[in-house]
Amino acid sequence: MNITFSKSKLTIAGVLCGCLAALLAAFGNPANMAICIACFIRDTAGAMGFHSAAPVQYARPEIVGLILGAFIISVVTKEYRSTAGSSPMIRFLLGMIIMIGALAFLGCPLRMVIRMSAGDLNAYVALIGFIAGVGTGVLALKNGFSLGRAQSTHAASGGVISLLAVSILVISLCTSLMKVSEAGPGSKHAPWLLALAAGLVFGALAQRSRMCFAGSIRDVFLMGNIDLLLVIVGLFVSMLVFNLATGRFNAGFDVPGVIAHSQHLWNILGMYTVGFAAVLAGGCPLRQLILAGQGSCDSAVTVLGMFVGAALCHNFGLAASGTAKNEAGELVMGGLSTNGRVAVVICIILLFVIGFTQKRDKA
Amino acid sequence: MKQVDARGLSCPEPIMLTAEALKTTQGPVKVLVSEPVQKTNVEKFAKSKGKKVTSAEKDDFFELTIE
Repeated sequence: MNITFSKSKLTIAGVLCGCLAALLAAFGNPANMAICIACFIRDTAGAMGFHSAAPVQYARPEIVGLILGAFIISVVTKEYRSTAGSSPMIRFLLGMIIMIGALAFLGCPLRMVIRMSAGDLNAYVALIGFIAGVGTGVLALKNGFSLGRAQSTHAASGGVISLLAVSILVISLCTSLMKVSEAGPGSKHAPWLLALAAGLVFGALAQRSRMCFAGSIRDVFLMGNIDLLLVIVGLFVSMLVFNLATGRFNAGFDVPGVIAHSQHLWNILGMYTVGFAAVLAGGCPLRQLILAGQGSCDSAVTVLGMFVGAALCHNFGLAASGTAKNEAGELVMGGLSTNGRVAVVICIILLFVIGFTQKRDKA
Repeated sequence: MKQVDARGLSCPEPIMLTAEALKTTQGPVKVLVSEPVQKTNVEKFAKSKGKKVTSAEKDDFFELTIE
């Protein structure tokens, strides 16, 4: 069934994804992370020892489920295609840049929408940057930007990322090799089977609906098409209802404990980076996972870039800190370190170089 | 017939190239894409412009005719 031709079905797909996110939050995931792609790739990198930030280490079954869900549904619907060769190393770099931007804001575009649904006003500020970033990416596209053509490759190649995802799950369940946070966001998680199942269904729905946070705004800019935006609106509405109904809605800027900061400029620039990079990469972090699952080796390389970028952020102190209360009960403002600020500026410069120098070959 | 070879290109390049071709020619346009998602996207776009689309699956790509 092709749901992309029906606005109502696309909206329902978004609502269902929002319900899955709410379910995960209700069963133990950090409330306004729920199913944040950047946070969960970062947590998984931490679990494997690629960084040593103790509060954010846990092999998230949701990431495994998203990749596998997209893989399975694409095989069933005959949409699985193993492809590769569209500027893989530039895509790797874009993956790293996406993660540096996301961890400056503290979340991917999916988490930005989830934070908005919980009343976090910082996320509304960041949305300005995200829209501007997508807009800049659209300008690059109109100027002829392209990362070139992907080619068909051996069918097994596109399945490697799914195999790696399953391996992570098996190792985390059957051995004690993976690190697990004892406190902090990494210690908060839904039961693994529920997390995996929710990830699988979310991945399948995202694959069928073509859910993409960057694409939703890009299509409005490029064609005035709101189809993908409807999926996001559906997700936002169901998470908003959940947050209001369970007393999790808390409108404000400096709310302690929600893993967010109120440095407006860096929230804007962080999400500007993510929006710009995501348009150049052909999709947001969620979309990259889905495309990787359905056989795109180029998107798999972008995911690996995000994975390495996440580790780098914590090893080099590039990730922002959230506003929190200290042991004395005083409010300690979170924000982005000098290292993080320098990294975001470098990323933006790199994006302009990539976006306005990589041109489509004349047909 | 004007032909757009969008095989292997990422979103939204196939649609952008199709839109460009439809702007610059009055006659039918043939669009080649590799992936089902691109096929659906181009079909949706063409239909939104009031065009008729027919498609055929070739060895490892789709051939769409927009008129």
